[in-house]
Amino acid sequence: MWRAVLALIVKELLAVLKDPRSRMVLIVPPLIQLIVFGYAATFDLNRVPIAVYNRDHSQASRELVARFLGTRIFTQAAVIHNAGQINPLIDARKVDLVLSIDPRFTRDLLTHRPAPVQLIVDGRDSNTALIILGYANSIITEFSLRWLQRHGAPPAPALLDIRARYNPTLNSQWFIVPGIIAVLTQVVTLLVVGLSVAREREAGTFDQLLVTPFTQGEILLGKGLPGLLIGGIEASVIILAAVFWFGVPLRGSLLALYLGLFLFVAAVIGIGLMISSLAVTQQQALLGAFLFMVPSIVLSGFATPIANMPPLIQELTWVNPMRHILIIVRGVFLEGSGVRAFVPEYLALAATAALSLLAAGWLFRKRVY
Amino acid sequence: MASAPEPLPALSLENVCHRFGSPARADTALANVTAIAPAGAVSGLIGPDGAGKTTLLRLVAGLLRLQSGRIEVLGEDVARNPDAARARLGYMPQRFGLYEDLTVRENLELYAKVQNVAPQAWMARGSELMHMTGLAPFLGRLAGRLSGGMKQKLGLACTLVRIPQLLLLDEPTVGVDPVSRRELWSIIDHLVRTERLTVLVSTSYLDEAERCQRVLLLHEGRLVSATEPAEFAAQTRGRSFQVSAADIGKRQLQAELAQRPGVLDATIQGSSVRIVTAAGAPPPSASARASGRALSIVAVPPRFEDSFVALLKSGATAAAPEVPTSGERAPLAPEHGAAPAPAPLPAAAAEAEPVILATQLTRRFGDFIAVDAISFAVQRGEIFGLLGANGAGKSTTFRMLCGLLPASSGTLRVAGYDLRRAAASARARIGYMAQKFSLYADLSVRENLRFFASAYRLRDPQRRARIAWALEEFALGAHADAVSRELPLGFKQRLALACALLHQPEILFLDEPTSGVDPLARRDFWRRINALAEAGVTVLVTTHFMEEAEYCDRLAVLAQGKVLATGDPDSLKARVRSAEHPQPTMEDAFIALLEAAEQPQAA
Amino acid sequence: MNESLERLSGLLRKEGLQILRDPSALAIAFLLPAMLLIIFGYGVTLDPHRVALAVVSEQPDALTQSFVAQLRGTPYFSTESFTTIQPAERAFDADRVSAIVWFRSNFTRQGFTNGAAPIGIIVNGVDANTARLIEGYLQQTWANWLAMRSREHGLPAGLPIDPEPRVRFNPAVRSRDYLVPGLIAIVMTLTGALLTALVIAREWERGTLEALMATRATIREILLAKLVPYFLLGMGGMVATLVLAVWLFGVPFHGSLLVLTGVSALFLLAALGMGLLISSVARNQFVAGQIAIIVTFLPAFILSGFVFDIGSMPWPIRLLTHIVAARYFVATLQSLFLAGDIWSVILPNALALAVMAVIFLGAARLRARKRLD
Repeated sequence: MWRAVLALIVKELLAVLKDPRSRMVLIVPPLIQLIVFGYAATFDLNRVPIAVYNRDHSQASRELVARFLGTRIFTQAAVIHNAGQINPLIDARKVDLVLSIDPRFTRDLLTHRPAPVQLIVDGRDSNTALIILGYANSIITEFSLRWLQRHGAPPAPALLDIRARYNPTLNSQWFIVPGIIAVLTQVVTLLVVGLSVAREREAGTFDQLLVTPFTQGEILLGKGLPGLLIGGIEASVIILAAVFWFGVPLRGSLLALYLGLFLFVAAVIGIGLMISSLAVTQQQALLGAFLFMVPSIVLSGFATPIANMPPLIQELTWVNPMRHILIIVRGVFLEGSGVRAFVPEYLALAATAALSLLAAGWLFRKRVY
Repeated sequence: MASAPEPLPALSLENVCHRFGSPARADTALANVTAIAPAGAVSGLIGPDGAGKTTLLRLVAGLLRLQSGRIEVLGEDVARNPDAARARLGYMPQRFGLYEDLTVRENLELYAKVQNVAPQAWMARGSELMHMTGLAPFLGRLAGRLSGGMKQKLGLACTLVRIPQLLLLDEPTVGVDPVSRRELWSIIDHLVRTERLTVLVSTSYLDEAERCQRVLLLHEGRLVSATEPAEFAAQTRGRSFQVSAADIGKRQLQAELAQRPGVLDATIQGSSVRIVTAAGAPPPSASARASGRALSIVAVPPRFEDSFVALLKSGATAAAPEVPTSGERAPLAPEHGAAPAPAPLPAAAAEAEPVILATQLTRRFGDFIAVDAISFAVQRGEIFGLLGANGAGKSTTFRMLCGLLPASSGTLRVAGYDLRRAAASARARIGYMAQKFSLYADLSVRENLRFFASAYRLRDPQRRARIAWALEEFALGAHADAVSRELPLGFKQRLALACALLHQPEILFLDEPTSGVDPLARRDFWRRINALAEAGVTVLVTTHFMEEAEYCDRLAVLAQGKVLATGDPDSLKARVRSAEHPQPTMEDAFIALLEAAEQPQAA
Repeated sequence: MNESLERLSGLLRKEGLQILRDPSALAIAFLLPAMLLIIFGYGVTLDPHRVALAVVSEQPDALTQSFVAQLRGTPYFSTESFTTIQPAERAFDADRVSAIVWFRSNFTRQGFTNGAAPIGIIVNGVDANTARLIEGYLQQTWANWLAMRSREHGLPAGLPIDPEPRVRFNPAVRSRDYLVPGLIAIVMTLTGALLTALVIAREWERGTLEALMATRATIREILLAKLVPYFLLGMGGMVATLVLAVWLFGVPFHGSLLVLTGVSALFLLAALGMGLLISSVARNQFVAGQIAIIVTFLPAFILSGFVFDIGSMPWPIRLLTHIVAARYFVATLQSLFLAGDIWSVILPNALALAVMAVIFLGAARLRARKRLD
């Protein structure tokens, strides 16, 4: 039996690697996606254009402005001289933030009254707005504390001492790039497996295969194992790129990572085979894969946290293999976790894999004829 | 200009060349074709697949850029004035582009509008077309649900919504049943007569040449001959004979005759053998003997195909396929593989029990009955044919026999098994060659052979021996590392057969095994199949080629899912022999059967 | 002219019938957009709420209690109390809480004597964006707490500066309100580029285009007959998204419908041009689909400012976004929905879209010939 399966695997790999279209699927989209996601998909802010409307003209206000512009996050795009300029600048998206310092700023500071500083931010991209406000607040707080210290005022009773564990500089590339491992492994495996049966059906070789003494189990294995191999290689290449190109720390156990990837790829193969056994043409298979992929990525926690979703949808994401592999990949990379940390994820992935493979086998038998 | 007198050709080609691909690695599709098509007549563009027919028609229709040479349609230069030329011609591509999700009426109306047929004119024109093509009852049916013949008739009707002066038809009769084929031809003849239309029609069926007034014979991009068909066929006048002998199997007789010096071609025709002798060779004498038996030799009128084969074999064309053309050895004798053949069935069982047995076999798809209670039996060593048009149910029957499709009811046995339920190992006893010679197109010849050897569980050294055998026997050695996608069709066919024979099956299933290949490749193919049958292999073959049916020992003629008749080719033909048809062809027999089957329904 | 209209009407009717009968057209034009709309409308948001916090008070007292009460008073946090750090760390490692707030045993004493007693905050930094948002919420809560304490105790202001944030256009800072408008660009990319490329590739595959080319229909009519139905389909998608966004998800729409229609039309023309161009390069559905996904769908998602801020991307990628039509459209959409007809945003972006529409449609027209090679 293994000899026969081996022949099927060799045939499948040759067919995938020699067909220029399949080769394109394996190489071009992953490369483009790795670059685009790796560099473009970031929530980190830098070079945020701001405008300053300083009506105080004092040493203190200038110092505050300098603190804003001293960060790598804010750059001054405009200086405002009257209040009428504020809204047009924001509206035209010339600046994302206007720092408006009241003329009473220094006077209030010195008289221990809350000195007003207005932060006007463009809310059209609400996430950016929140992060800008966060940065602005912490700059102002830091300034306030130094002011208190310098002017011998009584210190605030408590201070926040914030540390981010696992990702101290809060670099979102560390979050996104490990996620790409999961996304691209899914895309490639799904396409390779999903299209393989449809390709044979179109070429007429599938009938040829069915009249040979291969059993159905052998054919399924012969379709699935190449996917496992290709998915595994694809994942390994991106892991290498993540570590050596993007410099994401890999802190946990490779065993835990690969165990997760193995179960994940198995689940994706099951889904790919299901699509494959339902589709008659490659185009249908492509469309089916696309219809599965979009929601599975959007609802995986890849870019937007699952914890933010409504409870019902959170429950639904349990059947999404991407959700679990993302937890495992990020856990291993950043949190340094080992096998024991991921028992629920492994179980969920194994269950999905078992169910989807069984369903694929059943559909396969139904559709073969 | 269209009404110009006879001598002005409707179409003239001068030194037309065409190449595909990059200049570095170009495939020549057409080389220096110079020809004319006379106005008001049917010209046939004839040649096997890959001869360059479609390329030539597309060039005439202005759909490909003319690379060199000159094409004039009704006096208009196609390269310089494509729109003027196009306005006067009608073009029906191969697999006419019908919108399958549109109904017959919607397709027709689309073309009427696109061709600016005025609504008033369309009323008359539309009903005329409906009448002519017999599509009237199916106006509301989706085009995708029509039979092959009706699709082609609809395609033709769409091309004729406005009568062109020059009509280009690309293989309109492929996959069409003989009745529809005759109807299509009579529509064409009718148009030529009534509308004084000029028609250029391409076909790979050589027997259709005789329906044309002029024939352009293409082979591998070259114009081999441009004459009247009768004149062309006359080249072998006095060289065509029908030979029969008592007590010798037709296959043995054919194999013997083919080896004789001076015999260019020997093909099986029912129970006798048709031979064509080389030019200048003495006619076979009445005293000739084969295997010690007396032969009866009758001179027969030459056919178009005789001359074509004679032309190809006498080396008139540059590149005939490099296959061993003389059957000098029994090609598939077991010793070649140095491997034991699968254990033959016990002799007693083989005599008594048919190898393939179908009883009341039925297959339904929803309401549609694709195969309707058909029964037949095939004996060991027999070549059994399922003859019918596309959609007659032969592929469905074939797929059920191979175990690819479950039967809705009825029973079937192949070597004693129902392949649907039997263990996988039972499938090791059958060989299968799919329509269109489906192979892994991205794999090389050797990789395909290796894969199928493993698929049939051959182990080294047997595996290696069989692969070496296949490469040598099928003359594939020089192409062993070529990607099979890029092989010419004839090579693909040989590779497909080689893959099906690696494990020396006792039963061979062949689905449309020679469609599209040239006559030499077809002869070569049947030579091998005959040898296999002689060695005791049971062969089941589906075909829509009436000619090919002659090779079968017995046939089941299928139409609309039913078996119309079963019998050997001669007895089927004998049924329609009459005073006016002393020598009926297989096609005559087929059409008579179809008409007889439709009578009771019509009544 | 009359004849041309006649031919066009025949082709348009055919196209319309085909759209209605083709399941894959329906899937791309209706099913996928509906799915995206529901996912983005209900499922996806970047805004954390009820973030689980572990609060470790080694010596709970009034001071720590008042801070915890302040935390609980916001919609951002839910708290779980601990008295030692170890179980909190375990909850943190198991991802049950996203951050730890840690009052050490000497917190209150130090706070009353020297002041500046540290509240230890440990945030899980794996999801950097969420971590940053949590930090922001915590700082804000802390500042409010200080101000409240000062007021209660009649002390001078806790911190000398009182920042007054004012969020223009999206005061509730809901991420849904900025994600859903951008979806129109995605939906239109699907019908305009992906579906158009697929249906033309299908005509090549099935040989129907070859048959049409041999008729009197000119290439301009054939192209136009493809553009019009998918243009209408794309505009229909826009209207449906708009209606659902406003009625179902309560996204505000401050702009004028006229401007929205105009800009959408420009973007759709550019997308259709890309679809036509793709199908003239790739004549089979498989390759056309792949190319369309890579050069239109993916950029519309990632490189358009739909989710990720373009200004923060590295410069080569920022440069690249200039040739992504969706970029100009998304910017306009976000303004139209949340801000209104802001001409300083609309005009330059509309101009860019018009230029792209002309370039893509022009290139598609130039490449299209009534020939097969």
